[in-house]
Amino acid sequence: MQFIKPGTTIDFIGKRKLGFSFSLALVIISLISLVIHQGPNYGIDFAGGTLVQVKFDKTAVTQDIRSGLDQMGIANSSVQIFGKPENNEFLIRTSIPDMTNQGFTQAITQALENVTGSTPEIRRVEMVGPQVGKDLRKQALLAMFYSLLFITIYISGRFEMKWVLSGVTAGALMTAVYFLSIFNMSMPILITAALVVTLALFWYLELKYAMGAIVALIHDVFITVGLFSILDYEFSLPIIAALLTIIGYSLNDTIIVFDRIRENNIQSRKLTLMEIINKSINETLSRTILTSLTTLVVLFSLLFLGGEIIHNFAFAMIAGVVIGTYSSVFVASPIVLLTDKKNR
Amino acid sequence: MIILTALVYVLPTFYADCWPHKKINLGLDLQGGMHLVLEVQNEKAVETTVERTVHELKQELRKKELKHLGISRNSNNTITATLSGDKNIDGFTAIVAENFDTLEIVSTVTVTQGKNIVLQLPAKEAENIKRMATEQALETIRNRIDEFGVSEPDIRLQGDKRIQIQLPGITDTQRAKDLIGKTAQLSFQLVDETGDIASAAKGTPPPGSVLLYQMKEDNRTGQVTKVPFLIKKQVLLDGGSLTDARVMIDSQFNEPYVGIEFDRKGARIFERITGENIKKRLAIVLDKTVYSAPVIQDRIAGGKARITGNFNTEEARDLAIILRAGALPAPVKIIEERTVGPTLGADSIRMGIMSMLVGGLLVILFMMMYYKGAGLIADIALVVNILLIGGGLAAFQATLTLPGIAGIILTIGMAVDANVIIFERIREELASGKTAAASVNAGFSRAALTILDANVTTLIVAVVLFQFGTGPVKGFAVTLGLGILASLFTALVLSKSIFDMTLSGKKTPTLSI
Repeated sequence: MQFIKPGTTIDFIGKRKLGFSFSLALVIISLISLVIHQGPNYGIDFAGGTLVQVKFDKTAVTQDIRSGLDQMGIANSSVQIFGKPENNEFLIRTSIPDMTNQGFTQAITQALENVTGSTPEIRRVEMVGPQVGKDLRKQALLAMFYSLLFITIYISGRFEMKWVLSGVTAGALMTAVYFLSIFNMSMPILITAALVVTLALFWYLELKYAMGAIVALIHDVFITVGLFSILDYEFSLPIIAALLTIIGYSLNDTIIVFDRIRENNIQSRKLTLMEIINKSINETLSRTILTSLTTLVVLFSLLFLGGEIIHNFAFAMIAGVVIGTYSSVFVASPIVLLTDKKNR
Repeated sequence: MIILTALVYVLPTFYADCWPHKKINLGLDLQGGMHLVLEVQNEKAVETTVERTVHELKQELRKKELKHLGISRNSNNTITATLSGDKNIDGFTAIVAENFDTLEIVSTVTVTQGKNIVLQLPAKEAENIKRMATEQALETIRNRIDEFGVSEPDIRLQGDKRIQIQLPGITDTQRAKDLIGKTAQLSFQLVDETGDIASAAKGTPPPGSVLLYQMKEDNRTGQVTKVPFLIKKQVLLDGGSLTDARVMIDSQFNEPYVGIEFDRKGARIFERITGENIKKRLAIVLDKTVYSAPVIQDRIAGGKARITGNFNTEEARDLAIILRAGALPAPVKIIEERTVGPTLGADSIRMGIMSMLVGGLLVILFMMMYYKGAGLIADIALVVNILLIGGGLAAFQATLTLPGIAGIILTIGMAVDANVIIFERIREELASGKTAAASVNAGFSRAALTILDANVTTLIVAVVLFQFGTGPVKGFAVTLGLGILASLFTALVLSKSIFDMTLSGKKTPTLSI
């Protein structure tokens, strides 16, 4: 069985303007959504607050639960149905962090029993204090930064055989970030600054593969974040894990294409870089699609059968894999061409 | 040979299930339990130390018959002593130099009444007190939990003032939190029976007394009423003198109480205060709450006392545990809590395994359809891969969490990726006219580097996640990392040897791919 017949020649690079416009549109939409929502929708892991998951043995109504919470003095809490409605499970969220201290569990059980007339089962309580939330946010951003940094070093070292150069770049970046962090700059600004410096360096040094890979990575993560923002999904610790995995995984396809470009570059010296890239994408197209497909199969199974808690994680991964596959063909490879001096 | 090695790798996995001590640990999100992070407010310990030093300075001065015009603690933890006359001032500095060598004199300022001497605890000493407070808090909490009886608790320091506590399988979370979080400062103080409670309630208690409350719970209605008490500030005896605390049952009213025993010094003090204050009320105060305030009937010798209050057996037992384990050197605050009920954990396991089976089966079917015979080899590699992850988890005593299961599921999808890359390459080689054996060899050798490259990036991410992640996310990093390593092994070594085996037997081998 074969999905892509050998000898397929689709002019991907010729359609790069279309791809770029599409990507740019997605990035802009993401950016607009992030601005409108005033940044990502942080869950309690990062914003601090309390989350309670309750299950009732009889049908309960959101309105009743809310009035019960009001009586307890927890106004401004959000109550939503969790999972399938027939499960009678609800998620209660409030931004008040340190209230689980004094007899909280009994109090909320009592209050909910009074209003709904059925016994609630407190299945999950998560409370994160504001300081812890801040710490976790910092840690998450640091994790993103270091993943990007190490991957950058690896890609530029591996594909350009410029280990020393990439090592120096990384060293300079880390020092710069360290100095900036002394001045108490906020982490997002730091990371953006680090990325801009990296891209500028790659452009200047003509590290075309590294440039292509990193641009594609930023593209994938940014659009996934944007998608979460548009759908108003919350960012929690597992979502950060998903984003990092996307960083690692979306590169797989890119690397397969790059490897082939490098191989073809040595074998067929007569072709232009543009022709080589096109040839390489076409030759690797079936594995690009197949590898993503097998991963998507298990991710969809996780999305539909894995339960509510893991749902958003699976969703983020699916979005990332789809965007990553697209970007390895339409973003990463054309960028290689653009960074090459002869084509500037 | 290689298959044998593979078998050796896989075998411990099967045995791992038989040996309980090498079983895969389940995370709190799968087996249910409570994760707490406490912050020790250890700056309070410094305050207490300075407060005590002020008290001791006054005592020393009294002993040497020197006079002072006031010694007090300032908000920045310095001590200001006001003295007049050369004899007093010289005597004071001598005492400081002799008995309080940790204190240093910051400044001496001449004021109208005499001189203001400012003393301070050096920063290093303050840090030391803070560190000791955190360590002691950790020890105390560990003792309390051990006595409470939780199987496999995990209690550790996190940073310099946080304590992370994991209690798997605990259901009565409120009780556990009460047990862990109580400072348990026990003190015996006299009740001020002359002061005016009404004016104290308005915020003006008589000097030397404070307004504290006793919580009275009605046994039938559960209604809690607060009974105000005016308590003299002076602490006559505190929990530091306790040697034991046990739950006893009152034979007369059949009510539980906590019987406490003092050490010899404490017993002497207790005998003296009871002897000196007959017919007065002595309040037993725990964490600024009055437990009881009985009238002293007679001098009590022997160093035994009882704490009553209307508690049930459970409350009495917990109180006894807390008193035995001792007070926390500083109050603690819960700054993070994650509790998962056992039923939710079981649901998560069930759904996790369900999606793993369905996802895995779909991938296996797809590979068999798409690559036929070679697909079967990939499927064998996939099954071995999952076994390797399980074995790895058990061997490293890693914890399996819900995101960890997601990591395994993800690995199922990613493990066949390596095989796809190899098979596609083999197909290309076959199409270029090579023999089956040559194609297999070329396919593996050319794809190997690509596969390595592609997986290193994900491995980097797994390592970073492991470094920065906590709890469930760390579990994800572990399974993801293990999965990548296992899939490299199965794709590059196991699949290759199966190919070689199937091809070596025949004279003109054909390939089902």
